[in-house]
Amino acid sequence: MSEPLHYVPAGELARRVRAREVSAREVLRATLDRIAAVDPRLGAFLHVDAGGAAAQAAAVDDAIARRSDPGPLAGVPIALKDVLVTGGVPTTAGSRILEGWVPPASYSATVVERLRAAGAVLVGKLNLDEFAMGSSNENSAFRPVRNPWDLERVPGGSSGGAAAAVAAGLCAAALGTDTGGSIRQPASLCGVVGLKPTYGRVSRHGVIAFASSLDQVGPLARSVADAALVLEVIAGFDPLDSTSVAQPPPSLAGELEHGARGLTIGRPRELELPGVDPEVTAAVDAALDVLVHLGATVTDVSLPHATYALPTYYLIAPAEASSNLARYDGVRYGLRAGPPGQGLHDMYSRTRGSGFGAEVKRRIMLGTFALRSGYYDAYYKKAQQVRALIAADYERAFAEVDLIATPTSPTAAFRLGEKTQDPVTMYLADVFTLGAPLAGLPGISVPCGFTPEGLPVGLQLLARALDEATLVRAAAAFERATPHGGRRPPEANLTGGAP
Amino acid sequence: MSAATPAARWEPVIGLEVHVQLATRSKAFSPAPAGFGAPPNSQCDPVVLALPGSLPVFNRSALELALRLGLACGSSIRPVSRFARKHYFYPDLPKGYQISQFEEPLCEGGTIEIELGGRTRAVQLRRIHLEEDAGKNLHQAGGAVSQVDLNRAGVPLIEVVSEPDLFSADEAAEYMRTLRQLCRWLDISGGDMEKGQLRCDANVSLRPAGTGELGTRAELKNINSFKFVHHAIEHEIARQARILDQGGEVVQETRLWDAVSGRSQSMRSKEEAMDYRYFPDPDLPPLAVDEAAVAAVRAALPELPGPRMARYRGLGLGDDDTRALCADRAVADRFDAALGAHGGGAAAAKPIANWILGEKDPATSTVAVEHVAELVRLIEDGTISGPSAKAVWAEMADSGEAPASIVARRGLVQVRDESAIESACAEVVAAHPAEAASYRAGKAQLIGFFVGKVMKKTGGRADPVLVNQVLRRLLAGESAT
Repeated sequence: MSEPLHYVPAGELARRVRAREVSAREVLRATLDRIAAVDPRLGAFLHVDAGGAAAQAAAVDDAIARRSDPGPLAGVPIALKDVLVTGGVPTTAGSRILEGWVPPASYSATVVERLRAAGAVLVGKLNLDEFAMGSSNENSAFRPVRNPWDLERVPGGSSGGAAAAVAAGLCAAALGTDTGGSIRQPASLCGVVGLKPTYGRVSRHGVIAFASSLDQVGPLARSVADAALVLEVIAGFDPLDSTSVAQPPPSLAGELEHGARGLTIGRPRELELPGVDPEVTAAVDAALDVLVHLGATVTDVSLPHATYALPTYYLIAPAEASSNLARYDGVRYGLRAGPPGQGLHDMYSRTRGSGFGAEVKRRIMLGTFALRSGYYDAYYKKAQQVRALIAADYERAFAEVDLIATPTSPTAAFRLGEKTQDPVTMYLADVFTLGAPLAGLPGISVPCGFTPEGLPVGLQLLARALDEATLVRAAAAFERATPHGGRRPPEANLTGGAP
Repeated sequence: MSAATPAARWEPVIGLEVHVQLATRSKAFSPAPAGFGAPPNSQCDPVVLALPGSLPVFNRSALELALRLGLACGSSIRPVSRFARKHYFYPDLPKGYQISQFEEPLCEGGTIEIELGGRTRAVQLRRIHLEEDAGKNLHQAGGAVSQVDLNRAGVPLIEVVSEPDLFSADEAAEYMRTLRQLCRWLDISGGDMEKGQLRCDANVSLRPAGTGELGTRAELKNINSFKFVHHAIEHEIARQARILDQGGEVVQETRLWDAVSGRSQSMRSKEEAMDYRYFPDPDLPPLAVDEAAVAAVRAALPELPGPRMARYRGLGLGDDDTRALCADRAVADRFDAALGAHGGGAAAAKPIANWILGEKDPATSTVAVEHVAELVRLIEDGTISGPSAKAVWAEMADSGEAPASIVARRGLVQVRDESAIESACAEVVAAHPAEAASYRAGKAQLIGFFVGKVMKKTGGRADPVLVNQVLRRLLAGESAT
């Protein structure tokens, strides 16, 4: 293997660490060196937990020395979108309102605990759009993240830091969250694999909420196999999350080799929209040809309500967000702004006025409006009814097909600042990804080509609820048959050095 | 204090919203302990503090307690109810919303039977729903800072909402008493208003007597002590009657009761009414209650206070005894157990009730019910006298020894041998010739003096009825010698 350690796949790293070919400490050192060399240009990390990571790496090495198994992610450096609560390690949600907040040592997200228990080394917290609201990572309260393929472009969002870090080899895999496409869209824009599990597959305990009925944690990785490996570790019922499904974690490793033969893939006619870049359409068409070549059948399906996903989402998600973000009031933790003694209302308005960014405030206002007495039936309730229709569309479609394919994003990565003045254009970037969370379905974005400018394009596949296996199976077959997943961003962008 | 009687032409209509803290060990949506009186902020966890990322998990023991009340009131139980978020900003509300139930409450309908002036009436309930309590803001008088104690935050509550089906302050107060009794009876709450375990908001309106439509209502909040329920409502009725008598209109508003001044003041008007932005809580799946669970709770319900009181009256117990026994289910159960152990039926009810209610704290008494029954039997069959029985009780309460054994050991068996009593009486009469003469001269009440002397002489063991008879005969029949 000529591959530098920082680009070695997670599964292979764990194998080498368990086989004592490399120590977890050595892997961590290489990772921290890579972060130090590259991240000043990307801005992917909000916090590097060198101390905590060193302790975890040492524990993995010690376990191996004692001949006990440190777990399937032994020594694998993984970074976490900063909406995942990490006990004793700063957790900000990309917001000033939580700047400096350190959760109690005993309180970590279930997914964080599961990664630790599997031997992963958690290297730090990743940048994101504030409270996961955004599609470009420009809504981070701290700094934007740059796309490793072109530093003048956005990495996508809201898990932009996660996608950029994985693409540039700053970690072997990352955990993101997906509410309307926040794992799949940045994965697409950064040329990595992003997997949004079925709603309820992965615990939300300790996941800072954006929209509770949509939020789901999932992996970003440089290969389908690595994404599957991480998902197997983090998935499964959690009594601390009442919306967690009572199912054992999916067994995915075996699916990787099954190939695409016999699968039926649907292309939704309603999502052949104007606004999609011809280059993106071409890449997706080519990808489907590859899948046909691999033995899959491609057919048209109908999702009659698919175009209502955008307005539906932008009622439900802000409504839930306005409620979930009510707790940031300056009373118990995080920012408290303004001079004391000016009264309660003053404290609230100064704290929330200065602690939240423009996009977060916009969504809180949208959501507050949608839930107002007298408007609830017309907006939130109506949106839930449309949501049920959208879900029923998918249910009908999945009676005929195993997978539904679309572009992940209508465009490749756009320029920083290009869409920040027009929130609605920004919202349109989510048009293909909103259906899956509204219907609670799993989806994956897998690299499927490049624009002539060398920007990655992603293919999105959706599957039936709890059928991550078929997603992984088709995506892995596609990945093996094409070179796209193996391409890395220009090293010149990252370190200024030769590739 | 203006408790002026409202003009007779106004009929008050009252609906009560009563919050009942459920006596669960942990909180409604987290494992933090739910006890009362702990040091401030010592009963918190990430859920109670609403730390980012924390999620509620419903404590199903709260469900069982709520079902007990719902079933006891004959409410219909929704097979699937929903939790909803009720939003407002206040420092004692950590999440910025309270988890409650709104459109689909756990229980709907049902009644609570109140008894007033010898008449029973079923007050209609609208709903009983589950929710969580808020914490407490602590304002120091004159202090610049407020503090928040979140120990109470997240404690499970039920809100019992009556229809506007109470028509006087008396009825409202009786309804509260009955509801408190029921909550204690069913072991769902301490029901102590002073500890905030029971809290009452009252919706009060007046209408011209004899009409059917409801007038404009005011909601009275903060009635936080049992003795103020009647007073606060009476005061509100008088306030509204004054307005209406002067040709004015009652303003729809929320008023805060101030127990210190005995007055209420406007808190917010209808226009300022809160918009709570209710919506179903997406963190909590619908609350499913299957028929088997309902049946299990129903089967485990104790006999309810209403039927129990009717049964006691059927045993010939008076109203005071009946109410006293049923004020606390532990006491009523004790009475039933003693009555059962006695086996003698209705005739034994009154003496058993007397013994049980005569204790200092009947609910926590350690006297075995079998011993109570045995003691009553010993009195009934004449084995011991009343005065001896009191001594036996004292001793058995102290030592736990069976009454028969105390009687035998201390030789307290009543003397019913007529010749022995006769000679004791003769001796006493002979020893007090002056008193005997007075008696015969008409001071009939001196009989007590003689009975006392005889009882003393016999160590309290003589049958007092017999002693009485013999003394009367001796004092009346024989001339002085």
